[in-house]
Amino acid sequence: MFLAQSSPFLKPALSVSKMMRVVTLLMIPGILTATYVFGYGVLINIFLAIIFALSFEAIILYLRKRPIKVYLNDNSALLTAVIIGVALPPLAPWWLTFVGVFFAIVVAKQLYGGLGYNTFNPAMVAYAILLVSFPAQMTTYWQTPIMMLSQVNGQTLSLLETINFQLFAQLPDGVAMDALTSASPLGIVRTSILSGAATISEIDAQGTTFGMLGGIGTEWVNLAFLAGGLFMLRKGLISWHIPLSLLATLGFLSLLFGSFELDSNPSPLFHLFSGATMLGAFFIATDPVTASTTPRGRIFYGAGIGALIYIIRTWGGYPDAVAFSVLIMNMCVPLLDYYTQPRVYGHQVDNDDQELP
Amino acid sequence: MSQTHLQKKNISTSIKENLYKLWSFPGGIKVSGNKSQSNQQPISTAKTARQLIIPLTQHIGQAAEPIVKVGDKVLKGQILAHANGAISAPVHASGSGVITAIEELPVPHPSGLSALCVVIDTDGYDQWIECTPLISENNTLNTSNQSQQTINTLSNEQINKQIANAGIVGLGGALFPSAAKLHTAEKMHTDTLIINAAECEPYITCDDVLMRRRPEEVILGILLIKKIVGAKKCLIGIEDNKPEAYQALLSCISGYNFAHKTNSAEPQIEIIPVPARYPAGGEKQLIQVLTGKEVPSGGLPMDVGIICHNVTTAAAVYQAVYRGEPLISRIVTITGGAIKTPQNMEVPIGTPIRDVLNQAGLQQDKIEKVIMGGPMMGFALSSIDVPVTKATNCLLISEKGELSTPPPAMPCIRCALCADSCPMSLLPQQMYWYAKARDLEKVQDYNLFDCIECGGCSYACPSNIPLVQYYRYAKTEIQNEERERNKANIARDRHEFREERLQKAKLAKAEAARLRKEKLAKKKALDAEKAKQEADKADNSDDSNGDSKEKSKAADSADLIQEAIARAKAKKAQQQSQRKNTENLTEAQQKQIDEANTRRRKTSQTD
Repeated sequence: MFLAQSSPFLKPALSVSKMMRVVTLLMIPGILTATYVFGYGVLINIFLAIIFALSFEAIILYLRKRPIKVYLNDNSALLTAVIIGVALPPLAPWWLTFVGVFFAIVVAKQLYGGLGYNTFNPAMVAYAILLVSFPAQMTTYWQTPIMMLSQVNGQTLSLLETINFQLFAQLPDGVAMDALTSASPLGIVRTSILSGAATISEIDAQGTTFGMLGGIGTEWVNLAFLAGGLFMLRKGLISWHIPLSLLATLGFLSLLFGSFELDSNPSPLFHLFSGATMLGAFFIATDPVTASTTPRGRIFYGAGIGALIYIIRTWGGYPDAVAFSVLIMNMCVPLLDYYTQPRVYGHQVDNDDQELP
Repeated sequence: MSQTHLQKKNISTSIKENLYKLWSFPGGIKVSGNKSQSNQQPISTAKTARQLIIPLTQHIGQAAEPIVKVGDKVLKGQILAHANGAISAPVHASGSGVITAIEELPVPHPSGLSALCVVIDTDGYDQWIECTPLISENNTLNTSNQSQQTINTLSNEQINKQIANAGIVGLGGALFPSAAKLHTAEKMHTDTLIINAAECEPYITCDDVLMRRRPEEVILGILLIKKIVGAKKCLIGIEDNKPEAYQALLSCISGYNFAHKTNSAEPQIEIIPVPARYPAGGEKQLIQVLTGKEVPSGGLPMDVGIICHNVTTAAAVYQAVYRGEPLISRIVTITGGAIKTPQNMEVPIGTPIRDVLNQAGLQQDKIEKVIMGGPMMGFALSSIDVPVTKATNCLLISEKGELSTPPPAMPCIRCALCADSCPMSLLPQQMYWYAKARDLEKVQDYNLFDCIECGGCSYACPSNIPLVQYYRYAKTEIQNEERERNKANIARDRHEFREERLQKAKLAKAEAARLRKEKLAKKKALDAEKAKQEADKADNSDDSNGDSKEKSKAADSADLIQEAIARAKAKKAQQQSQRKNTENLTEAQQKQIDEANTRRRKTSQTD
């Protein structure tokens, strides 16, 4: 007797483990850029998030009597942790990460049945819960981007000082929280425009908000994530549908509304290269488990996220909107999948159209 | 290497020359061919086996009916079993010798089934029976116009009869009796003949070497097939990773007017390289790539005026017509890590696989899996002590680590790589969910029966889920359920008939009882009358007494007749109901058989 098995017998091209690992690795350019711009807090966030995520995952797997090693090796918890780590404010206290990762891994993922069964993107569930529960920490603990330090007379923390602050909430002597942090470009634009305090040109004149493409500092992070994302596309790890439709819709809407009232609407480039746009478009919205699965469904899904990002950023209650947009579109996935099924070969054929050459 | 490069270049220039428009099919996967191991050597010949085991079912349809018996001496090429019905094919002896057994023996089958086989102990002479070719081979082994004219002198019936008698079946894997297919195509006015020379599965090279080494046989076989179906044009679809085979065919048809565009006429035969992407050689995909047409779901290529045949089938047709030889051998690719010298071998049907492998240098200790067919659509054999059949195009003997092992499957992460790879635009992950949940209705809503089981989704799946296995399971379950439903219907009908019959019998009984009672009452009345009359007789004797006695006798016999008629009626009713019952049974069975046949047609025919 030889090994019996059903066809096909070729070694599979890819594994979940490798897929998640490569996606995580392709976030490194963005992570390094973010660290350069926002300080060591980014790395510490990621480090803490990974430890918390793997621990939670292992505990729940143990309780659910699942093979721990097999599922930890799938690297999905790792990827979720890294996304949470990047998304959180760089000076986030440790317990913020802890609570976030708890909701992501335990509630949003494992309680729904673990890998593959969750309806909502775990990292975005974490982000949304934290944003609603701890709005102060989530919006103000953003370290001043390194490009702006001289203009605002800001201060930075060394690695040890950052660790000390994040773990024990102790700032070095003579350093105040206000001197460390500054509002995000998206936040500045939103509050100024909504309250009528300043127009786009007035904000621009201050020189502390707009960079070359998008918001100061975040534009570089966005560019780095764009690079990683394009590489993923090239490698065939994600399809073009979601990122392209997301970015195109966001760009189109900002162009459309910007053309009505130029001075109260930032440019499409600002929307594309600020906040978490590129991270969201390439690394978050493309999460296979929670995204639409049909080609047309993916286009609607991405476009929906893009439109919601624009709507929430412009008229909503929060400066950035990737998390809420992704979660809302997660809810639409079953509907999208059902109504966008591709035409199957040999069904509703109109062969007369095709003339032989 | 450089020569290959040059030939590849030639292909691209010839594409430009022909400007043949190609379509594309969705999905598909890029797989490494692994073809160079076996396609470099010339075709070797298998040694005559000591014993040949020839299964009687090597085709779709009814098993052939044996006309030989144990102890008979047979010659090579002699018919062993007749075709049994319209969809069937005869089976011939692939060597000379004595028949030692006609019995159930293990045959190559995914579940290790046994089937009726004729066993021949070969005598070593390999003596041929007298063959009757339709065309003499001697001076026409070139594809000249003259040979085209020779072919035109034959009638379709003549050629098709020769094909039927040679036991030729679809050698691309479908195993459908070719003569039946050609006959249908002839009647349906098929305008395009597509010859499937794509051979898209990794490892398999038997079509490739056939085209390289015997291109004339292929082309002449194609001309014969084309003649029968009456197709206006013929397209040979060949994957662009076979430049040598392409060149061989091209040089074979070049120089003759049927191969080139003349001023008015379209070229009769066109050789068209198609991009190598699995499963470009699937019948439906090849049709789509070459013509842009889609075979309607549940239909046949003939519904869109196309007929597809495999190159190897064409070569078999050539052999039947030009040499009068039945299909008693085929080219088998023997490859894989556990084979010392991978090669293609001409193997007589019925040769034990073990003999074939040993001849190619089997390293017994290295065997991990034995696969008949390719690594995408073949199946694993549990034993190598089974014979080579008409279906055996490839024997892939893998060593450890060469092919996948079934590791634990991870959960589906809905990445839709399976859907992206599906050449039929199905949604494999949805079908998987429903098949797993055994929601057989829903899985059919997602068009399960359009799945060609190419294996692309399983290959693409990062979670290592054996998707195709789930679809096979669901298909079998649905078919079983259908059968059960039919059975239940029959049982219900039978029950109703029985009830009716019992009711009738009851009524008849009651009627009989009533009659008997009446008779009894009459008799009593008669007796009473008699007694009275006898009492009267005592007073005065009369002649009328005898009269009344005779009358009562007549009444008695009338009653008896009626009773007999009632019994007969009851019996007839019973018989009728029984006869109806059996009639109904056969009808349902017939329907079931028809359904099974259409299903089979649907799922088969992928190379």
